[in-house]
Parts: sequence; C-alpha cells; structure tokens
Amino acid sequence: MFEEIAHFMLILALYGSLAQGYFSLIGAHKNSEGMMRAGRYTATTVFALTFFSFMILILAFVESNFSLLLVSSHSHTLKPLLYKISGVWANHEGSMLLWTLILTMYGALIVLFGKNLPLLLKSRAIGIQGILAVGFFTFILFTSNPFQRINPVPVEGLGLNPLLQDPGLAIHPPILYLGYVGFSVVFSFSVAALIEGKVDALWAKWLRPWVMASWSFLTLGITLGSIWAYYELGWGGWWMWDPVENVSFMPWLAGTALLHSIMTLGTRHKLADWTVLLGICTFSLCLVGTFVVRSGVLVSVHSFATDPTRGIFILMLLIIVSGSALSLYAFRSKNIRKHLKFEPYSREGGLILNNLLLVISCITVFIGTFYPLFIDAIYGDKISVGKPYFDLTFTPIMLLLILCMGTAPLLKWNKNSGGQIISLFKKIAIPMLVIISLTGLIGKSFWGALGLSIAAYLAITTLIAIKVRTKNFKSWKSLQPKTYSFAVAHLGVAIFTAGVVFMSVWSEDNINRLKVGEKLNVADYSFTLSSINTGKRKNYEYLNATIDVTKKKAFIKALSTEQRFYPTRNIVTTEAGFHFTMGPTIFTAISEGNSQDGWIIRANYHPFVTWIWIGALLMSLAGFVSLFDKSYYRKQEIL
Amino acid sequence: MIRSLIPLITLFIISLLFAIGLTKDPSSIPSELINQKFPSFNLSELYDEESIVTEKDLLNKVSLVNVFGSWCAACITEHPYLMEISKNENINLIGMNWRDDRAKAIDWLKYYGDPYEKIIFDDESTLAIQLGVTGAPESFIIDYQGQIKYKHVGVINNKIWEKDILPVINGLNKI
Repeated sequence: MFEEIAHFMLILALYGSLAQGYFSLIGAHKNSEGMMRAGRYTATTVFALTFFSFMILILAFVESNFSLLLVSSHSHTLKPLLYKISGVWANHEGSMLLWTLILTMYGALIVLFGKNLPLLLKSRAIGIQGILAVGFFTFILFTSNPFQRINPVPVEGLGLNPLLQDPGLAIHPPILYLGYVGFSVVFSFSVAALIEGKVDALWAKWLRPWVMASWSFLTLGITLGSIWAYYELGWGGWWMWDPVENVSFMPWLAGTALLHSIMTLGTRHKLADWTVLLGICTFSLCLVGTFVVRSGVLVSVHSFATDPTRGIFILMLLIIVSGSALSLYAFRSKNIRKHLKFEPYSREGGLILNNLLLVISCITVFIGTFYPLFIDAIYGDKISVGKPYFDLTFTPIMLLLILCMGTAPLLKWNKNSGGQIISLFKKIAIPMLVIISLTGLIGKSFWGALGLSIAAYLAITTLIAIKVRTKNFKSWKSLQPKTYSFAVAHLGVAIFTAGVVFMSVWSEDNINRLKVGEKLNVADYSFTLSSINTGKRKNYEYLNATIDVTKKKAFIKALSTEQRFYPTRNIVTTEAGFHFTMGPTIFTAISEGNSQDGWIIRANYHPFVTWIWIGALLMSLAGFVSLFDKSYYRKQEIL
Repeated sequence: MIRSLIPLITLFIISLLFAIGLTKDPSSIPSELINQKFPSFNLSELYDEESIVTEKDLLNKVSLVNVFGSWCAACITEHPYLMEISKNENINLIGMNWRDDRAKAIDWLKYYGDPYEKIIFDDESTLAIQLGVTGAPESFIIDYQGQIKYKHVGVINNKIWEKDILPVINGLNKI
C-alpha cells in the first residue's frame, strides 16, 4: 500500500517539476512575482514528495518487504541493517531515485539560500533545475521504476553482492552524488546567466560556495571509492583507470578548473564566458558518466544491470540538456565575453595556465576512456587502451600542473611579477638539487627523485605563499578561511603526489604457498603464518589466517586475513589484513589452500600509500573550510 | 560566432559516436567472425616461454577462451566463477593473458587460483587484435572444429552462464 503511494508521489513529483519549470521560467520572462513565487513553492514540494517516496523505499528494504522486485533481488533478511539501507542505492533503480532526490534537494536549497539573489536570475535557475528533474523523473517512471511489485512474493531475497557490503562503500554513492548532482546548480545558473546575457562578479561570488561544496563532496566520494577498492579488492591498487573511475574523475578535473576560474571571475571580473562554458561542461560530463555506467557501452567492474533502452534515454537527455545549453552559449556568449587582457606572468596568467592544463588532462582521460568505443564506431575495429596510455600521457601533464600550482600563488594579480619568480628560483635551486640527488641516491630511481622534488616544490612554495600572506607567520588573525582553504588544498596535493610517487616507484610484493610456521619475505619484512582456523558467522563461512609480521627481528603486528564464502550468492571474497601507518603500510591476504600443501599467502609493502588518501581528504576538507568564508555571503553589489 | 559554436559541434559529434556505440552492442560478435575459424596463432605459454600454444590446442573439445589480465579489476570479480566452471569436464577452459607482465600474471593466478588448462600469453595484442578484443574480461566459445560460435563481453556470472553460455556449450556437445 505504502509503495503504491510512494509510486504515486513520484508521478506527482514529475508533474510538479514540470510546473516548477513552467512557473519559474515563464514567470521570470513575464516578470510576474506570483508565478515566480509559485515556482519556488513547487520546487520545495517536489523535493518533499521525492523525499517521502525515498523514505518509503528505505523502509521497504529495512522491513525486507520482498513483494517489491527491487528488494527481493537486492536484499536478504540476514543482512546487517546498515547494508539493508545501503542496498537501496546499490542497484540501478534505487540509485537513480537517490540521484533525483539530490537533484530536487538542490532545487529546494536554491530557494532556501538564494534570498540575496536577483529575483529573475534565481527564478530562471530554479526553473532549469525543474526541467532537469522532469527528465530524470520520466526516466525513473518509464524505464526504472523502483516500486515494481513481484508476484508470487518470494520468501527470501537474493542478497547483496558481498563486495559491496562495506561501510565505506555504503556512504560512497550518496557522497559522490552530492558532488555530481551539485554541479547541476552550477549548470542551471550558467544557463540562467546566458538567458539574461549577464555574468558578473556577484553571480560568481554567489555560485562559488556551490562549486566548492560540490567539488568537495566529489573529491570525498572519489577518495572513499579508492579506499574501498584498495582494501576490499585487496589487489593493492588504489586507482585502476577503470572506465567508471574515469567518468567520475573527468567532472572532477573540469570542476577543479571551474573553481579556479570562478575565483578569477569573482575577484577580477575576468573569464566570464569561459566560466559559464566550464559550468555547462562539468555537469554534461556528470551526465556522460551516468550514461556510461547505466548503458553498458563500456566494460567495467562497476556496471549496473545494463539495458540499452536506458542508455538511449540518458543519451537523449544528454543531447537535449547539454545541446540546448550549448546552443544558447553559441548565440549568447558574445554578450558576456570581455576582451581578455592579462599579463602573462601574473596570477591570472597562472590561473589560465592551470585551466588549460586541467582541461587538457580532462580531454586526455576522455580520449583514453572512449577511444575504444569511438574506434569501434568509426572503423568497426575493436581495440583497447589501458593503464600504459594513462601513465604515459597523464603523468607529464600533472607534473606541469603541479609546477604551475606551486608558482602561480606567488605571483601578483594583474601585474607582471615574473622577476620575483626568477629570484625565488635562485633561492630554492640549491635545496631542490639536494633533494633530487639525495632521493635519487637513496632510492636509486631518477623518476622517484624527480616526482618527490616536484611534490616538495609545491609544499615549499605553498608555505612561502602563506608566509607572505601572514607577514612571516606573525599575523594569523587577518587570514580568511579561503586562504586556509588554499593552503590546505595545495599541501594536500603535495602530500598526495608524494604518496603516488612512493607507491609507483618503491612498492613491493611477494606471494607464496606457506604451511603453518613457514615465512615469506618482502622488503625488510618477514611474514610468518602462525595459525589457521575455520568457522561460520552471520551470513558467511570463513577461513581465517593469523600472520605475524616482523621487521629485522622486531615484532610489528599479528595480521588477520580471511576468505569468506557467502552461500546465498555463491561468492567467495577475501578480507586482507592491513597494518596502516603514516609511513609504510603492509598487508597480507590469504587464498585457497589446505594443510598438506599449505595456503597461498600474499605479502605487500606499500610505502606512504596512506598519504594518497590523506592528501585527497585534505583537499576535500579544504573545500569545506572555504564554505565558512564570509566574503561569499556578504550582501553587496561588487563593481 | 564560429568560435562559440565549437562546444556545440563537439557535443554533437560525441553524441553521434555514443549513439553508434549503443547500437554496436559490445557483447555481440562482429558477424564476420561467427562460424569462422579461430585465427591461427603461435604464442608462448604463460608459465613457460619455450612452450608454444597454437589454435590446434582448441580442437577436439568445446573450448572457452577467456581474456584476462592482472591489471583488470573486473576480472577479480569474475575469477571465482571461472574456478567453479573449471570443475565442469566438458569444457576446455583456455586463458588468454592480455597486455600483461608475465611475472605479475603468474602471481595473480597463484593468488586467485588458476582455472585454465592452458594460458596463451598475448602481451602485444597479436591475437587480441585478430579476435577484436574490446576489453577484459571477454570470452569466446569455440566448437570441436575450431570455429568461433559465441562471444561474451564482460564478467561471466551465474545468471549469464546459465542463460547464455551453457546452452551454447550444451548444444555443441550434443552434436
């Protein structure tokens, strides 16, 4: 009964978002206050309807209501509560509803936080947000209804893929969608600005916290996904260049370019048309991501149950949404274009170079991800590019970008200050050479030395920039949250880079068949299999191994690793045993075996791998910190 | 004006390619390969560089050639199922290690288990290009006479096995 009500509420929400689009856009066109007010009310109502419908779906999962097809195929009575709830978005239909819920939530948030905005601009943005929602509600209702009943009702559900039963992964999709869908706000405001033919610093200032929040959620979401892949798949990779990873990374790259260009627009009134274009493209890339994951055009570990009709629908949506936005851009952008005049060695110059490099890297990832598909479409040949392509093309662009990141913040706005940089280079040249030769000699790797010194360069220049802004670290009080944010984010990138370099140059692993009492060596560590036992827990059977790790005879830790067998799905998973530290991380994993021949044991030594995620988490944190900057919310016209 | 049209044109081209990509179901085999002889090849075995695998190793039994690599995340999820399949005696399960490093692949199999009768080592895509491999994992079914009968792109799981692959194999075994 509740499920039918929830389904009905979704139908109402579809009509509601149609009304939201109509009232807000036509209201803004006719400058009718009443219609615009009606548009705002419907935006809030649509959110409320979607919210209740989503709650009912959660309830159905919690109660294990197997009369719903979705619950019976993705849940099980024996599943822990957390995974019953996360089961809601661990499938296509439920995650689409979550996507749309967040979309309508952002619509309602514009109403809530947009009090200081020019009325017409706000209404147009709310209207466009409504039209986006129309597309997604239609998609859900016609191709992916989560409230589909099943008859006869099964007694037990099929269960959730055990690989997905993990706390990190339970919150990964909602966080990721908060980021992905958050860019819809930027999209709506970009289109609204094009309709009005006016983009100014106030627009940029108001939009900046939304870009920041979306970007921070996206960063956090991608990081959680990477941590999950690392310890749950247990193969020691933190990034696989899997198509689905790539499609979340592309909006991140475009979004990073956007948050820098919107900063320039907010403070310097420059790059208006470029910023609007980036806003449209970032959200379009989010739609492309949704298309790839749901249509099955590319093979990936993440693929949902795919269906070509869904693919066609999302492709149509992409063409209509991005196509109309870009057509508008084609005809209107000349109104907002200002002649770009800037000094090459100024901070604007640095920011433009940053945008250029980020966009190039985004295109590189795009080509690498879709090349196989495009070659197939054009020549009918089937080919594939993998990790080697990305290592070769992406790395040099990133190294350039990091050099630019270190340098640009030291330059002055609007002023040729290249001379300063040359004197800085003279000062730090010798310490840098020392770092390069020392790491080169100790680590015996040229690339390792180069990578680490570039990371060090970024850290040092960021500290210098802070030193300048705090007058030799004395006056911290005058420092704005956005300055902290800048420092934390850039230091985060430095830490991240160092972690990546360590991992790609100095990690080691070893694998062998061990009997109880035997050992395996990797780097300076020795792994001894001390005991094996088996048993049964909640919804799986396990084979557990305890492995004692010593380093040069000193005991480090007893690691526990498990093979788990889930009878409901006939799946075996491995739980690796980890010893995470800020320095070297070591881990071990067990595979098949028996007491006669021994068990297969793998031992890994990953130096500074945790820095990768600490760096990424710092970037995300930095974005959230910047939201506290009062200058974003000051009610004033900026000239 | 022309300059501001560039983004729209780009979107148009990309969408067109996506649309063509959608019609070309990556899991459907190009029609020209169906009922054709498996391309002849001459590649080394994964474990033993000296030993050579050729198309003749696919004869006299229904073979399932599975493309995999230690770099491929989806293969990890597929692998336990292949271990199950390898217990079925009516199939000659042949691995095709693609774009990989010999040592890494051997370690990978040591850890996840080795379900294959033989493994073709194709690090330079010599055979993969002839077969039109789009990505890993990917699987081909070959009949007694060495003709390609079916291709599956992506992870094999219980559902796909029962619904799509097993009927083809059973059909071929009856002949």
